[in-house]
Amino acid sequence: MRQTTPQMDFLRGIWRENPVLIQMLGLCPALAVTNTVANSIAMGVATFFVLLGSSLLVSTFKRWVPHEVRISTYVLIIATFVTIADMLLEAVVPTVHKALGAFVGLIVVNCMILSRQEAFASKQPIGRSLLDAAGTGFGFILALLMMGAVREVLGNGTFLGISLFGPNFEPWVIMILPPGGFLTLGLWLLVLSWIQRRRAESAKVADWPAGVAQRRAA
Amino acid sequence: MGDLIWILLSAMVVNNFTLALFLGLCPFMGVSARVETALRMGAANVFVLTVTSLSAWFLNTFVLPYAPYLRLISFIVVIASLVQIVEIVIKKVSPALFRQLGIFLPLITTNCAILGLAIFQTNRGYGLLEGLFFAVGAGLGLTLALVLMASIRENTELSSVPELAKGMALVLIIAGSLSLAFMGFAGLLSSS
Repeated sequence: MRQTTPQMDFLRGIWRENPVLIQMLGLCPALAVTNTVANSIAMGVATFFVLLGSSLLVSTFKRWVPHEVRISTYVLIIATFVTIADMLLEAVVPTVHKALGAFVGLIVVNCMILSRQEAFASKQPIGRSLLDAAGTGFGFILALLMMGAVREVLGNGTFLGISLFGPNFEPWVIMILPPGGFLTLGLWLLVLSWIQRRRAESAKVADWPAGVAQRRAA
Repeated sequence: MGDLIWILLSAMVVNNFTLALFLGLCPFMGVSARVETALRMGAANVFVLTVTSLSAWFLNTFVLPYAPYLRLISFIVVIASLVQIVEIVIKKVSPALFRQLGIFLPLITTNCAILGLAIFQTNRGYGLLEGLFFAVGAGLGLTLALVLMASIRENTELSSVPELAKGMALVLIIAGSLSLAFMGFAGLLSSS
């Protein structure tokens, strides 16, 4: 494994290796509960909590977990934290818990969480695993917010329940319905690949030698 | 009987797991490049879903009334062991299929559709028979979505797609249109 600095562990997950937008992991919640900004935030925070807790435990106990049963162990640890999150949400914010429905329980099978345990927390010291988990968790919240903001603003004309366009706005109902989830993520991916290509082209034309040096370093 | 058929149809097309509830997206994006693989993945899913439904019913009836907080944990343990068994059987019976499904077979464990089915079945209080019809309907729905997607993707390979949209963006936009088409089935709800 390539050596990385602690800052990189944290920052990488937020943008360059964003779990949803780049790695395409954890798509189910990213599409299913992002029809309003409030739901997106609740889902993001719950997943963040589960990811941080599981990374902490997995990294702490990595010496004692036999290699053959590691995946089952990770899944059990994750399921425990999801149960905690589920009960906390139900006790503290019952309305949000109801809106998220079965998808709180489904955090267990969010591939993003398991992939961080297998790829990082099971091999790295506790501090760096926590940084990595926090970075990935923030990246997930960011992605959910990007989805939720577009869908709520276009689909309902509101942001966090505050009306933006006044009464004459005809909402694009499609955006808060299931097809809107697929379309919004598809459009974000188009935008990202457009930005990426523009950057690559300008790097090629403007400072060719610097671009090469950067790629070598990376 | 009518109720059971309705549960099956509703899980299959009206509330299609993939296109309306966003469950099981990983295989939907991952193994939908070829129709044949998609069909096999669908078949594996129908089987695992049915067995999961049985186990979830068993747990709900005999175990979980005594320890409700163990729900998620016991579901996921049962699903993981089931998938392990299915994997061993397929490896023995058809090594070719085993190689073709590759990483996606163990990943059925983390397929939201399976756990989702167990949770929905519990939340709606389905009995044994209702649960089975629900599982078969959901499995057929997954297969339907996978095969539709795979056949569309086989065709897009030959057509000229804008460079920018190649890859996941295109798949998502196709999925959006499919999902839009499936919303038409919502009319079945009122007429039946």
